[in-house]
Amino acid sequence: MSTNNRRKMVEAKEIIKVYGSFRALDRVSLDVYDGEKVVIIGPSGSGKSTLLRSINRLEEIDRGTIVVDGMDLYDPKTDITKVREEVGMVFQSFNLFPHKTVLDNLTLAQIVVRKRSRHEAEEKAMALLERVGLASKAKSYPGKLSGGQQQRVAIARSLAMEPKLMLFDEPTSALDPEMIGEVLDVMKDLAKEGMTMAVVTHEMGFAREVADRVIFMDAGRIVEEGTPEHFFTQPTHERAKLFLSQIL
Amino acid sequence: MSIEAKKQIIDVGDGAAIPRKSDRGLFTAWRIAFFGAIGTISYLAYTKPDPYLEILKFVPDGIAVTFKVTLGAILLAIVIGLITGLGRISKNRFFNGIASLYVEIIRGIPLLVQIFYIYYALGNIVKVPAILSAIIAMAVCYGAYMGEVVRAGIESIAKGQREAALSLGMNGRQAMIHVILPQAVKVILPPVGNEFIALLKDSSLVSIIAVADLLRRGREYASESFTYFETYTVIALIYLIITLFFSKIIGVMEERVSVNK
Repeated sequence: MSTNNRRKMVEAKEIIKVYGSFRALDRVSLDVYDGEKVVIIGPSGSGKSTLLRSINRLEEIDRGTIVVDGMDLYDPKTDITKVREEVGMVFQSFNLFPHKTVLDNLTLAQIVVRKRSRHEAEEKAMALLERVGLASKAKSYPGKLSGGQQQRVAIARSLAMEPKLMLFDEPTSALDPEMIGEVLDVMKDLAKEGMTMAVVTHEMGFAREVADRVIFMDAGRIVEEGTPEHFFTQPTHERAKLFLSQIL
Repeated sequence: MSIEAKKQIIDVGDGAAIPRKSDRGLFTAWRIAFFGAIGTISYLAYTKPDPYLEILKFVPDGIAVTFKVTLGAILLAIVIGLITGLGRISKNRFFNGIASLYVEIIRGIPLLVQIFYIYYALGNIVKVPAILSAIIAMAVCYGAYMGEVVRAGIESIAKGQREAALSLGMNGRQAMIHVILPQAVKVILPPVGNEFIALLKDSSLVSIIAVADLLRRGREYASESFTYFETYTVIALIYLIITLFFSKIIGVMEERVSVNK
């Protein structure tokens, strides 16, 4: 990959995150380049979600530096909300706002944060709902939607902010198997359009198809990193080999 | 996996049993008590107009004052409760400390003592009407309880909701106003209704600082006519009717809120 001359969207250096005496992240460094799709995999408790969540500072790190889109997250002069405006996040449990319609879920932050007019926000929202195939659900409440539909709305909600980077934290883990495909399809489309993405997932098919780079974490460290071909066919680290033999 | 926010059940105070349509047994009990009380009072007034009808003619001013005190105090208590509740969950140590201290102190002092204290303490500084001092005392007391209701309500909203709001670029205040509080209100409403009824009953305590509420009017009548038993029978029935009436209204409101979710 000729990533060297591209702009870095995320530059995390030597980050450490401690819970009590447990090191969730142990000197992890990670760069994500503009337009790159990075898939992070690993056993549960390996720190992959913590790493992802530290990129928009939902998780506070104890040491190290993280620069996102040129903004140092821990520089006192940095307004963290400005960073988050540019970084979309999709959660395992969707986290749609249950008291608002699907449409209002998509317009809220546009109006409150981006200061768009309601009309402009709704136009944008409807276009995105169209794109994820849920325009007909605009007036529904999230509780009436299936898990797959809710997650597609959640993705559209993030996209409404026109982020430069999208973080996906196990977006299909809470879904029934028959609904995983529809969510992954939306993510694949997004990838094709050139969105910069960091994805924590257990969907190996998705990793193989979409990832520019696969990162394997174990016990708070990145232990293997490479192209999907490399990772899935000839992993070097013992832990990665074991993990693959268990899930494939 | 269901993502329905786990609605924390908030410990209810000493308001009144609030009947819902689904709650058959309680609903029946409510009907018997409510219509029974109205029936009894009408019967007594009709068969023995002296003293019952006389008492009924004497106390309406007091009912109005009781409502004034209750309504004023609950509105003020909601405002105080909101500020206190937000303070209790605030990361700002000063704000949090003040709110916690307030809750601890108020919860440790009997309401009756607080009413006396605020009446005489306020009286030392400014001259305020007794009714205003009563409203302030009740609000200061109930604000502390309301603060805990608000805090529990906010904390019952799943953490993911706040995270989703923050990840969209909202600041803490925007997340609170647009995402957390609107959802918390639904959780908070039933216990607030309960506090309202508890406050309505406790408002009878203000009769000791020369506020002419329902109980006070009753006492005035009884001490002039020496019809203590008859007067307090009427007073008790009136409180019962009012309390049951509001518990019903709150039950209906609650059902409405849980339906259009």
